[in-house]
Amino acid sequence: MSLESLLAIAAILFCIGLYGALSRSNVIAVFMSIEIMFNAVNLTFVAFGRYITPLAFDVNLGSLLTGQVFVIFVITVAAAEIALGLGIVLALYRSTNSIDLSQIVRLKH
Amino acid sequence: MIHDIAFWSLSVITIVSAIGVVVTKDLFRSALLLAVFFVGIAGFFFLLSAEFLAVVQVLIYVGAISILFIFAVMLTSDIQRGNPANRMQVVAMVVPALLLVAVLLGVFTSQWVELDAEVQDTVDLVHTRAVGGISESEFAAAVIDDEFSQKAIQEADIADLLVGEYVLAFEGVSVLLLGALIGSLALARGKGSR
Repeated sequence: MSLESLLAIAAILFCIGLYGALSRSNVIAVFMSIEIMFNAVNLTFVAFGRYITPLAFDVNLGSLLTGQVFVIFVITVAAAEIALGLGIVLALYRSTNSIDLSQIVRLKH
Repeated sequence: MIHDIAFWSLSVITIVSAIGVVVTKDLFRSALLLAVFFVGIAGFFFLLSAEFLAVVQVLIYVGAISILFIFAVMLTSDIQRGNPANRMQVVAMVVPALLLVAVLLGVFTSQWVELDAEVQDTVDLVHTRAVGGISESEFAAAVIDDEFSQKAIQEADIADLLVGEYVLAFEGVSVLLLGALIGSLALARGKGSR
């Protein structure tokens, strides 16, 4: 287990999520892919916080946990985003009876 | 040794389940695979001695967000049509592949500075005990030199950062959560049911 392998795993996960977000046409599937991308980024935050931050902050030990604090904020924002997004999906489904992204083209007309 | 076994098995679990989430036709199955993926990430947090985050990950992602996804899948009966691909397949393949190549090149050609083993032990101790104190025996087990004094480690606490240095972001996030709560309620309630 090293910093390089962790970053590589996180990059692979992020790209899988990006592929899903670009290629699927169901809104819920796109949301799931976005969650995968969030988690990959959280993994890099924690990895950098463990391996790199101590070099920059060798005086104040409290700052060692900065990476973890960032992850807490990311998780909170992701939870808010998912709650709102799924609310929008339900409202969309109620009004158009479809959650297919290729059929939601109202702004075109 | 045991760390490496855990690391590689967690890598396989997360990557396979992430691919499964993206390619599975059945949306319900991808929601379940997403829960497996979240548990794998929580395992990574444990390995990186971020145990508080691992618990938070299980509570919020596995406990709340997966359930929310399963509810959304159940409530929208569009799932009979499965999880169709859109018309941008080539772009959707090429862009992440290029990004992956670029990031991996950056990761493996950079010079990362590794910590000394003793300092790494101290750092792991601080990370592990981000909530709560450290007992005397744990101090004895880890090598604590003068620079990283016992008192400083004892005071290193995730809550100190949250309501100290990052208090403005903390308050902002709480307002954001309130806004999201009210907004999603208003959206999901609809016009007819008041």
